[in-house]
Amino acid sequence: MIVNRKPLTFWERLYLPAILGGFKVTFRHAFNTLFRGKTVTMEYPEQKWAVPAGYRGAPYLVKDQDGDTKCVSCQLCEFVCPPKAIKITPPGGSGLKPDRLNAEKMPLEFEINMLRCIYCGFCQEVCPEEAIFLQKDYSLVGTSRAELIYNKEKLLSLGGEAGGLQKWKHKLEEAKAQENFPVKI
Amino acid sequence: MDWNFIIFSVVKVLVVFGALLTMVAYSVMAERKIAAWIQDRPGPNRVAPPFVKYLPILGPFLTRMGFFQPLADGLKSFLKEDFTPGGVKKIYFWLAPAVAIIPALMTVAVIPFGSVLGQQQMVIADLNVGILYTFGIVSLGVYGIVLAGYAANSKYPFLGGIRASAQMISYEIAMGMSVIPVLLIAGDLNLSGIIAWQTTHHWLICYAPISFVIFLVSAFAETNRTPFDFAEAEQELAGGYNVEYSSMKFALFPMGEYAAMLASAGMMVTLFFGGWTLPFWGLDQSAPSLGMGLVHILVFIAKMLFFMVVFIWVRWMFPRFRYDQLMDLGWRRFLPLALANILITAIVLWLQSGK
Repeated sequence: MIVNRKPLTFWERLYLPAILGGFKVTFRHAFNTLFRGKTVTMEYPEQKWAVPAGYRGAPYLVKDQDGDTKCVSCQLCEFVCPPKAIKITPPGGSGLKPDRLNAEKMPLEFEINMLRCIYCGFCQEVCPEEAIFLQKDYSLVGTSRAELIYNKEKLLSLGGEAGGLQKWKHKLEEAKAQENFPVKI
Repeated sequence: MDWNFIIFSVVKVLVVFGALLTMVAYSVMAERKIAAWIQDRPGPNRVAPPFVKYLPILGPFLTRMGFFQPLADGLKSFLKEDFTPGGVKKIYFWLAPAVAIIPALMTVAVIPFGSVLGQQQMVIADLNVGILYTFGIVSLGVYGIVLAGYAANSKYPFLGGIRASAQMISYEIAMGMSVIPVLLIAGDLNLSGIIAWQTTHHWLICYAPISFVIFLVSAFAETNRTPFDFAEAEQELAGGYNVEYSSMKFALFPMGEYAAMLASAGMMVTLFFGGWTLPFWGLDQSAPSLGMGLVHILVFIAKMLFFMVVFIWVRWMFPRFRYDQLMDLGWRRFLPLALANILITAIVLWLQSGK
């Protein structure tokens, strides 16, 4: 393809129209920013963006409606975690009793290394007890590496409560959706 | 020995030096702020020393305007590690930043920045060959950049230095030629004399507009400002002649650049816009009182700041020229234009003189 390059007219070769155009555009932008406050940036610590629903932030452990630990130390999340950020210490022979009545055990220690975590959400997806959720936190700050390894206590306090034990209800809904009814209630 | 002269000269030198460096620091701040506004950003608005929170309205306003940013910038420059890479030519490497900033500071010596304050004339050196001195010193400015590029002993700074040398020497010719009509019209090389001529006539921009255009564009090229910032073309040269520098040695290059901008703004004001004078309210006469003397200085600074804003504004308006376009503009457009300008001015003056 041949592109016809028109020779510039004398007026164009003086650069004057381009200079005036440039002044106009830059002046408009400067005026809008200065006097009408139209900036494209956000002044971050004071203003924060609204985190959208379904956002994958930091994963925290949640408690049930009684304030008990939902995690049963099955270690599925530890195995599925791609960057190996989760480290669970099972109760073993320590004799630690779970908070919940209908649970067999709960983790002695549950650590997530937030420096390793990639917010993929696999832990939330794989958790059979719905005990870990990716929440809306995105600004994790620490002054050392050790500070950003969150332990069970911290994860539970940050995670808050997930309303009700939803596990079997969800299973029911999934089954209903498939018109397959394995559980007689 | 005239002790009076020596003492007052030293005081003037110190005050002008301090004021110039302050203006350099705030030019950097202004550059960042204006750049931000043009790009729809608020710009630096966080730096606030502890005492600011006790100022009710002024404090937050100054903070938002980035008033204390130069303090942080300067402190940062001093605290950075001053690293000398292994391969550099040490003597030139250390010499180059000084060579870059000293000519820019020395140019200001001949520019009259006010009429009189008390008995003292507000110019450091009232030279009869003021303009020649300025051009002599300005042409030294290229050595700083070329030396920096050469001393760094690595390819990108070297390319930056080469570009700068060709560019600045080319545009110096156009710049020097563009001023000759001004000298012909005013009939004086002394900058104070040129200002005095402008008080009895109109500003020289009315008599030599083409000279002003050539001078303005050449000033952009001389100070390595966009659209002629080939020596430090970041996209092409990874930063240009100053790549290997760090800490305060690096900071001296931008400081030199801004000081050169201030000096050329001062030159433009003096040559084409009547220096410290304004054609009304009797501001074009030598100051009868201290207050009027200060007003004259403020008028000069205001005019200079206007040109600084133009310098900064233009940077965010135009993309960089191509190197052949730069050379084409300098040698094939401005040089003939400046020569024709000299010839026409001379002929008109000859006809007017009636001989």
